[in-house]
Amino acid sequence: MAASATDKAFVEFERVQKSYDGETLVVKDLNLTMPKGEFLTMLGPSGSGKTTCLMMLAGFETATHGDIRIGGTSINNIPPHKRGIGMVFQNYALFPHMTVAENLAFPLEVRKIGKSEREEKVKRALDMVQMGQFGGRRPAQLSGGQQQRIALARALVFQPELVLMDEPLGALDKQLREHMQFEITRLAHELGITTVYVTHDQTEALTMSDRVAVFNDGRIQQLAPPDKLYEAPENSFVAQFIGENNTLTGKVETLSGERCTVRLDSGELIDARAVNVSAVGDRTKVSIRPERVEINKDRLSPDAHTLKAEVLEFIYMGDIFRTRLRVAGTDEFVIKTRNAPDQVRLERGQQIEIGWLAEDCHALDA
Amino acid sequence: MTDQTSGADLLTTADGKSLKSSLNRALRRQKIRALMLIAPLLLFILISFIAPIFDMLLRSVENQIVPDTIPRTIEALEEWDADTGEAPSEEVFAAFYTDLAIAEEYKTHTRLGSRLNYEKTGISSMFRSTGRRVGRFDTDAYTDGFTDADAAFADPAQWAAWMADDAVRASLPLTTDAYDAWALLTVEENNDIPAEEDPADFVYTALYRDLMNGNTAAAMPAVDVSAWEPVVISEQFIDANDGWADPEVWATIKTYGGTYTSGYFLNSVDLQLTPDGVETRPEDERIYITLFIRTIVLSILITGSCILLGYPIAYLLANLPLRSANVLMILVLLPFWTSLLVRTSAWKVLLQNQGVINDILVWIGIVADDNRLELINNATGTIIAMTHILLPFMILPLYSVMKTINPSYVRAAKSMGATDWTAFWRVYFPNSIPGIGAGSILVFILAIGYYITPELVGGTKGVFISNRIAYHISSSLNWGLAAALGSILLVLVLALYWLYDRLVGIDNVKLGG
Ligand SMILES: Nc1ncnc2c1ncn2[C@@H]1O[C@H](COP(=O)(O)OP(=O)(O)OP(=O)(O)O)[C@@H](O)[C@H]1O
Ligand SMILES: [Mg+2]
Repeated sequence: MAASATDKAFVEFERVQKSYDGETLVVKDLNLTMPKGEFLTMLGPSGSGKTTCLMMLAGFETATHGDIRIGGTSINNIPPHKRGIGMVFQNYALFPHMTVAENLAFPLEVRKIGKSEREEKVKRALDMVQMGQFGGRRPAQLSGGQQQRIALARALVFQPELVLMDEPLGALDKQLREHMQFEITRLAHELGITTVYVTHDQTEALTMSDRVAVFNDGRIQQLAPPDKLYEAPENSFVAQFIGENNTLTGKVETLSGERCTVRLDSGELIDARAVNVSAVGDRTKVSIRPERVEINKDRLSPDAHTLKAEVLEFIYMGDIFRTRLRVAGTDEFVIKTRNAPDQVRLERGQQIEIGWLAEDCHALDA
Repeated sequence: MTDQTSGADLLTTADGKSLKSSLNRALRRQKIRALMLIAPLLLFILISFIAPIFDMLLRSVENQIVPDTIPRTIEALEEWDADTGEAPSEEVFAAFYTDLAIAEEYKTHTRLGSRLNYEKTGISSMFRSTGRRVGRFDTDAYTDGFTDADAAFADPAQWAAWMADDAVRASLPLTTDAYDAWALLTVEENNDIPAEEDPADFVYTALYRDLMNGNTAAAMPAVDVSAWEPVVISEQFIDANDGWADPEVWATIKTYGGTYTSGYFLNSVDLQLTPDGVETRPEDERIYITLFIRTIVLSILITGSCILLGYPIAYLLANLPLRSANVLMILVLLPFWTSLLVRTSAWKVLLQNQGVINDILVWIGIVADDNRLELINNATGTIIAMTHILLPFMILPLYSVMKTINPSYVRAAKSMGATDWTAFWRVYFPNSIPGIGAGSILVFILAIGYYITPELVGGTKGVFISNRIAYHISSSLNWGLAAALGSILLVLVLALYWLYDRLVGIDNVKLGG
């Protein structure tokens, strides 16, 4: 399929800034381009400006500066009801005085769609979320998960090209959450809808999205597919925020292309991949995923640097072992090892030596 | 901890008592404690609210005063037929003489007069004037006749002895009845001993009537009364006040002779009880239906204008940032800080013919100086002043309901393509209806019973039924009618409440939360 220019940049934020009080910027210089059909997740800690971005896109807040475009046209001056954006609110916002079917019919009614067509579409939307027989109920008579599905159906029933969802699964229990995550992605891909999804649950972000935009402090820290985000974080915030992570601090000692060595504050020397350091002598935070730490020296290259470690705690977790170590002056260094038949079980107090492949250790900004 | 003895089905507590009974005991203790907490309020409401309401309901049908004051007359009137168009027989007048003579001593005849005056004007003065005369009726001729015939009749002790004799009592029923009543009166009112006092004239009159009826007592000296010149008691009455010759007066007494009466209620709806049954009152006496209708219509108008004026303000309050909302809220509550009387008087200043509003309108040129608007002392004045006074009662429930309407509802509606108006009308407004309901009930019920404001700014065309009730309570002292009007008002409110429940549903009323 030949993608036109607007399909490649269906949603665009260009140098968008937002301030509520005229003193602090809640969103600072946001640039984002989304192709049509993409499922993009905005992930970030509370207060990082995710909802604000969504509200600007939906038209309930105006950008203080910058331009937002949908399908190539700037929407700054289009009122919300003309934007044609489906929206799922955090608290579902189902109209309590209408039945489920009336809720779903509402966007069709205001679009002056005829009764028979309306009923047909409502029925199809209800079936799509497997809630066919609940049309006559009031929202208050539904469980949280059912309400969630109705909210989803209502956002999709008028076939918008763009759907925004603000933490739609926040109130659900883990099992239902996982089920709904699956349904939402399935529907989004089946219907080819462009989706902006807001969450502060990183697992949700990683499992559902085509790309994840990590928000912090009003900026996108990294915008990348989930695997890249996890394996190649661009800065220490992303590394810390996504998944479990060990951090050691030190100074860059040698730097050659992709590779560098870092002198830790405790004196040891380690190998790392230079991601976000620019010169010898820079302070850096190195980040290593717990499952990439190797305790078997035979698996490492002979010239790899290793660190001495003392086992502080050994936790049996079924599929994996989780071990807390004292390494280079920190007590919070965690490693994870697979529960394989040949795997050794470490003892408390045991002295070991650890190391890693240089590609797995990222030297990031301090 | 409970321990379950093996094999036994009954759960027992550690000390062996049944779990159920100790749970019950604990619950009962809780209930008693809860009850004690509300006991003062309960008592207060019982004494100051429930009891007066019951008393009022009772007053509206109670008519005890008539049969209590003139029991003999009421009994004698049963024989009399009002349709003959003639005054009742001498028999009735004689009974009435006994009753009135006793009532005059007790000073209850004037109260009876006032009571009957509600039903027929003029009766009050008849009772008063006749009461003054009843002691000087010519019946003392009988007294003299008896005491002259035999000295024993002049001896109080002898009278007491006769009246203690069962044979005498059985043979002289009228005398016995009159003497007993007189003896009771002597003890109660004068603190005297009957055996030492001369019986009153009406006792001798009763004895005369007994003897004339052919009843004699062997223990008494025989007196031939048939030869005496009879004193016609009806003439004595008519002499005192010629109203007693009017059969309508007697018809009224007969109609309102029961212990209970529907008269007050009939009066409240412009009807009256006549010997021929229920009839509408004459045109010029019909006021209450008009007043009831006016009260309801004006209350509905006031409620309506409160909704129209209060809704936008409540909306603003609920959607403004907190700080400005607080300022606005203080403005809304401001009227509560000044006394009702002051506020109402202020409206007088504003609304009167030479008042501020008319002056401004004339100054602007909207109305001509010789054609100033009548804004006060009519229904317009009542509506304006009461809308202002009751507005907070509409705004507050509306506000507290609107506060709970999630702003994301309207956002959701807009995101689905609804214009601002559609989002408001289809989504916001339906969710605010419970507030309108609560506010309307509050305002309407307050309005329907309002009193001070209509009194001050309503003139004659803008007064409510409650003003009439107040009049009967404090001026005309017709408490029975006031009670009946109040009861009808209460029933009306309850009926409207019921209707409201049927139409809107009382579950749809929220005061917030
Ligand atoms: N209406 C508003 N007026 C003033 N400040 C606001 C308003 N809405 C949000 N903010 C501020 O803007 C910042 C970003 O808020 P936003 O709601 O976008 O965060 P978020 O990323 O959605 O957080 P969360 O994950 O908790 O929902 C916060 O510091 C918040 O206090
Ligand atoms: Mg948010």
